Amino acid sequence: MAATGAPTGLTQGSRTKGGIGESTLRPDGTLKVTGEFAYSSDMWHEDMLWGQILRSTVAHAEIVSIDTSEALALPGVYAVMTYDDLPTEVRHYGLEIQDTPVLAHGKVRHHGEPVAIVAADHPETARRAAARIKVEYRELPVITDEASATAPDAILVHDNRTDHHIGHVPHPNIVHRQPIVRGDVEQAARRADVIVRGEYHFGMQDQAFLGPESGLAVPEEDGGVHLYIATQWLHSDLRQMAPVLGLPEEKVRMTLSGVGGAFGGREDLSMQIHACLLALRTGKPVKIVYNRFESFFGHVHRHPAKLLYEHGATRDGRLTHVKCRIVLDGGAYASASPAVVGNASSLGVGPYVVDDVDIEAVALYTNNPPCGAMRGFGAVQACFAYEAQMDKVARELGMDPVEFRQLNAMEQGTLMPTGQPVDSPAPVAELLRRVKAMPMPPERQWESSEGADVRQLPGGLSNTTHGEGVVRGVGYAVGIKNVGFSEGFDDYSTARVRMEAVGGEPVATVHTAMAEVGQGGVTVHAQIARTELGVARVTIHPADTRVGSAGSTSASRQTYVTGGAVKNACELVREKVLEIGRRKFGSYHPAWANAELLLESGKVVTDGGEALADLVDVLGDEAVEVEAEWRHRPTEPFDLRTGQGNGHVQYSFAAHRAVVEVDTELGLVKVVELACAQDVGKALNPLSVVGQIQGGTTQGLGIAVMEEIVVDPVTAKVKNPSFTDYLIPTILDTPTIPVDVLELADDHAPYGLRGIGEAPTLSSTPAVLAAIRDATGLELNRTPVRPEHLTGTA
Amino acid sequence: MDFLRPASWEEALAAKAEHPTAVPIAGGTDVMVEINFDHRRPEYLMDLNRIGDLYAWEVGEDSVRLGASVPYTRIMENLRAELPGLALASHTVASPQIRNRGGVGGNLGTASPAGDAHPALLAAGAEVEVESVRGSRRIPIDDFYTGVKRNALAPDELIRAVHVKKADGPQQYSKAGTRNAMVIAVCAFGLALHPRTRTVRTGIGSAAPTPVRATAAEEFLNAALEEGGFWDNGKVITPSVAKRFSDLCSAACNPIDDVRGTASYRRHAVGVMARRTLTWTWESYRGARRATEGAA
Repeated sequence: MAATGAPTGLTQGSRTKGGIGESTLRPDGTLKVTGEFAYSSDMWHEDMLWGQILRSTVAHAEIVSIDTSEALALPGVYAVMTYDDLPTEVRHYGLEIQDTPVLAHGKVRHHGEPVAIVAADHPETARRAAARIKVEYRELPVITDEASATAPDAILVHDNRTDHHIGHVPHPNIVHRQPIVRGDVEQAARRADVIVRGEYHFGMQDQAFLGPESGLAVPEEDGGVHLYIATQWLHSDLRQMAPVLGLPEEKVRMTLSGVGGAFGGREDLSMQIHACLLALRTGKPVKIVYNRFESFFGHVHRHPAKLLYEHGATRDGRLTHVKCRIVLDGGAYASASPAVVGNASSLGVGPYVVDDVDIEAVALYTNNPPCGAMRGFGAVQACFAYEAQMDKVARELGMDPVEFRQLNAMEQGTLMPTGQPVDSPAPVAELLRRVKAMPMPPERQWESSEGADVRQLPGGLSNTTHGEGVVRGVGYAVGIKNVGFSEGFDDYSTARVRMEAVGGEPVATVHTAMAEVGQGGVTVHAQIARTELGVARVTIHPADTRVGSAGSTSASRQTYVTGGAVKNACELVREKVLEIGRRKFGSYHPAWANAELLLESGKVVTDGGEALADLVDVLGDEAVEVEAEWRHRPTEPFDLRTGQGNGHVQYSFAAHRAVVEVDTELGLVKVVELACAQDVGKALNPLSVVGQIQGGTTQGLGIAVMEEIVVDPVTAKVKNPSFTDYLIPTILDTPTIPVDVLELADDHAPYGLRGIGEAPTLSSTPAVLAAIRDATGLELNRTPVRPEHLTGTA
Repeated sequence: MDFLRPASWEEALAAKAEHPTAVPIAGGTDVMVEINFDHRRPEYLMDLNRIGDLYAWEVGEDSVRLGASVPYTRIMENLRAELPGLALASHTVASPQIRNRGGVGGNLGTASPAGDAHPALLAAGAEVEVESVRGSRRIPIDDFYTGVKRNALAPDELIRAVHVKKADGPQQYSKAGTRNAMVIAVCAFGLALHPRTRTVRTGIGSAAPTPVRATAAEEFLNAALEEGGFWDNGKVITPSVAKRFSDLCSAACNPIDDVRGTASYRRHAVGVMARRTLTWTWESYRGARRATEGAA
């Protein structure tokens, strides 16, 4: 632990205004609402050029030739680069497996793969120039699913794999396979009075962040480059970029620019290397901004999945065993597929007690769009399927679906399928009780004295029903998500905290490389600093690579890990401040010798509240600064054959009750209400907590009823890369979302907090599906549900 | 790309005659998307925003003359009584921002089968007033749509206004989409009762290469209403008549499978919307009749 010698258990109360537990306002909130916030796409530099990427028009093909001459001949074009122009022998990158070419070499493996890049003095010129590049393709058969990927004569998406998964996968077109075996399922199945099987399909969801990929690369005098970028993890980008650019990491400087949402879609590199390559080649600043169409090709999506489940239960409602097989389509490049497999398998049973399990999850290499991180990360697909199964088993047993879940709900002490004990509160049954206990929304809310209010009906303003065909349904679901990076990953964060007196006032500065992507991390950092250091004024330094890594803004981990690092650094600063105080004033008051001194409201105080000195006087002209790394408890990898191992840091639980109204004749759905109960351990910023829960809930609703990237099964080309045809919920699709927040502390975590951002995305989808099944009586084994599935017109 | 900014309608016509490939732009809600994505790069873009006449409407004895650029928001707010079907359709167009800019002229100019105004215009019975330096003419809406994203305009003609018959009976409009707002039509249906002529007109969107009327369905319904004396007795339309009408509307579709929906769903949904809108309009007609009788 970097925090050796730091005082522990000195967490301060809320006597300092704006500390943890208060809903302080976000510094970026008003700017974003009023349109004044500077996003990365708003950046401008004198004399800058515009970069453009030429992408493949086919999914799988050999590149016969690339002719850039016409592009180069266009006035205003400064550079055109292909694979052959890359400066070093490192020409691939990747989060875990470096299998992604910076620019296509000899072959393209998916629709929209970068083939060449152009820099020109006008974005239009750059686009035109890219269009003039002639690429001759020789098309290859496409691999689109498990059958085509593992067929005896299947073309290998990647030849000569050397990654560390190749040794244990059954086929080179499988990125990673994780079995999890505990107990004896065959034996347990014999005890089952009912056995329920199901096959489920999960569509490809897009993160659909509103700020498209963008950044500005500025060449520097020392031969390096400074990249201003919207990303989720500056240091991960840096580690992947520097070798390709042929620069030492210290010559690649990175500053986070305004991020317009992420949801996992910015974990992988997009235009980072391309912009830097063009800037270094031309000696001029280069800006790249994707438009919406390109953005759909510019980042990975959520893995579509096929899930086969078998659940057994005794007559009295106890689960006997679960068998499942989860096939995730990873697309053309590995991205985060191995870790997604780890999550899908280890969380594949859900928050239930099952001693006998046989789980297998695999991710495929195909020629479909690459898939990787998205909010919920493997746990989402599994939750959709196991919760559908739980309803089916309950129905088979004639039990209430909530009671059946509660009967099998895990609790603190339960062993996961991985053998890992759940060693902090797991109030699964309680969360279900709470959502069920919430008052139901009134029936027929569309009825008014002036006729039907169509906004309250399926179809909304499209005026498709005035109540005809409308049936209400109710459904429940609960889920389990891991928090933080798992499976032995060294998941640390770094924080630098400085304290000094400025203008007669103590001021703290918090400097981390944490990517604020809209989650509210900067707000929470300031709250932590106020609580720990007793200051009113906190400056959040812009995130950049001049400080150590803060890890990724993903896996619901930032408040836990970077928040933990800020807390830790503050504690170290406080110790130093107190040392100065003792040195200067120790002789004036015996309480200075007391170990339990606090910093509160700009003063050093005893735990009894007696003020000993003003911080300003203690600090004088001195500035106290500490930079330190902070780690959560270590995890370990899952055994490759049995899946056993203490792989996860912490779990996060949420439950939903969905109330929907379905126009059964037109197959249109209005989600009336999505009530959520979630245990957050400790709400550092209650308003932000509710915001995260409502946002996650809505994203789960999206994949339930509308969001899907449609890939042509014959050509593997994306059919709907636009917001005209990739639909995300509008405010009229978003129901009221009453939220019931539990705060059961996890003693292992800073302030007892629990990562919160993802859990609500899990259970929202299956709750909506369950409600639609309840309304229609249909089986519905795929999501999203489209009107044709509800009307027999698919 | 040259940007033409005629100050008057006459200048616009002259410019269009001189540059027949010029693409007129008013609200820009369609054209700008195409330009931004570089899908279309016309040699000349003709900005019609300076021509105030295009933003005006006149309510006449029998019809409304609606300037081509009157934004959908204005139609919703000001012409609900005269053009109820078109007002309902306007409500379903995109977002408030788009409705503040876009107008019927753009829908007609693009002539996409998914244009929200078309089914309402077909059902109400409209004429498109087009003009060139050669003169002015009115194209009946039934003859206006000539193919996928094609219309009956000559290269030198501009759309000046639409003449829509004032509603003489209830009108309805429904649009099926996979989202509850801001959604492009999977399919749409417009229905207008015309008690004065004792006829019913329909319009179908996004379920054929062009917006179409369900002519056979209209003829069937007109005959059935006449035969049963429904216009006079105001009886409830029998379920079998509604069902037959609905089936004939489905049969008028010639849809495709695409990313927005299946052909089979479109046919089905048009049938459902036809039956529902018929019920709504007929109930409204009966209600109005009863009210009149009560007053008398």
